[in-house]
Amino acid sequence: MFWTSYFLAVLALVLAWPVPVLLSRAEWPARAPFMAMVLWQAIALAGGLSMIGAMLVYGLEPIGDNLIAGVRALTGIVLHNEPTTALGFWHLFALSAAALLGAHLVFTLLLTYVKIERQRRRHRELLMLLASPSDDGPGTVVINHDSPVAYCLPGGARSVTVLSDGLMAALEPDELRAVLIHENAHLSQRHDLLLWAFAAWRQALPWFPTTRLAQVAVNSLIEMLADDAALRTESKVTLIKAIAIVASGSARPAEAALPGSRAAGMASEDRNMSGTGGADSPRTTASRVSRLLSPKPPLPSGLRAVVLAASALLLAVPTGLLIVPGLLG
Amino acid sequence: MASLGELERAVMDLLWAGQGAATANTLRDLLAQDSAATDGIAGHQGKDLAVTTVLTVLSRLEKKGLVERERGTRPHRYQAVSSRADHTADLMHEALGSAPDREAVLARFIGSVSESEAATLRKLLGKN
Repeated sequence: MFWTSYFLAVLALVLAWPVPVLLSRAEWPARAPFMAMVLWQAIALAGGLSMIGAMLVYGLEPIGDNLIAGVRALTGIVLHNEPTTALGFWHLFALSAAALLGAHLVFTLLLTYVKIERQRRRHRELLMLLASPSDDGPGTVVINHDSPVAYCLPGGARSVTVLSDGLMAALEPDELRAVLIHENAHLSQRHDLLLWAFAAWRQALPWFPTTRLAQVAVNSLIEMLADDAALRTESKVTLIKAIAIVASGSARPAEAALPGSRAAGMASEDRNMSGTGGADSPRTTASRVSRLLSPKPPLPSGLRAVVLAASALLLAVPTGLLIVPGLLG
Repeated sequence: MASLGELERAVMDLLWAGQGAATANTLRDLLAQDSAATDGIAGHQGKDLAVTTVLTVLSRLEKKGLVERERGTRPHRYQAVSSRADHTADLMHEALGSAPDREAVLARFIGSVSESEAATLRKLLGKN
């Protein structure tokens, strides 16, 4: 029981820092974005589980040989006023911390959901008033705006893909198709759930390297997955052109102002700062384009299996350590 | 009945297109005209569109912060809080802004692009 809590603590530490740093620097995720996504989810879940598990197991150590016996004994203490003398200060501290962290994670997840949904609803309401339906499908609307803009607003059956007039004017039909397939892939693959979970994860533990790195990686991986969906029907050149046109067009406001004017300098500075501040770092677009320009072969199936096995192991080990001794004993 | 959403849109279109404030009665008449002319959005209700329905729509829009009521006049006169262009600009700002807490709200085709990156992409575009 004692070594279990140490092992879980070490696992939590490893998953909070070195592993995400290494994974975020690795090149193979671009060759197998789906597998990388699975691994990031496993890292986040196993990290949270081992963090809470380590504290729980440590705190329950004096009153139970395993987690299940410990929880049963703790229930007795809480519900039937059994003596708490077995639990020292640090045990109680660890138990409270585990409870607080667990509640904090669940609460942040729910709060983030409510916040995201509120912003989406407000955005959708305004879209209903401002945008007009497009010929490109039932869930697609066009908004009267000059720069090329394309995004999707997830919301189950009420999901909308938004295109601007500027985008329609700048893109050829096949490029527009690539953009639409890309956005529809976000919606049909439910990337909003990933964005939500990892946004909440970061919101809950902002000082952990893993949460920031995971959010950046996930943002970039969903773009790769959506690009891959577009490549199934559209050519690589078409997609690259669409990305280049939209990207160069959306950076135009800073460039349009004449060089030398103070306002222009400040505007572009402001833009750069806001660009680096978010989790959706400018590198995302660069890595997408370089991935399309110099494609590397997809990861061999043997290595894919290794990634999958590692993800499964990451989830199985802390779960097993927490539950199996109780079932055996 | 025609959805309240469609009526909201029709009312906002009228307020944005018209000059200044209008009463619910005026708006109802304009909506009835529209539907007679185009057999459009309010067509299901036609001339039967009730002033109370228009008032419901207006109060919903007021709650959303899109229209405001002039104080002290009877009947109340309503006007749009800001122009269609301003609302569009706000919406696009929201969609393109890169505040971290907005990251998860929507998925953009292209995220924030730095100026140097945009220049590289433009060069690339020239070559293709």
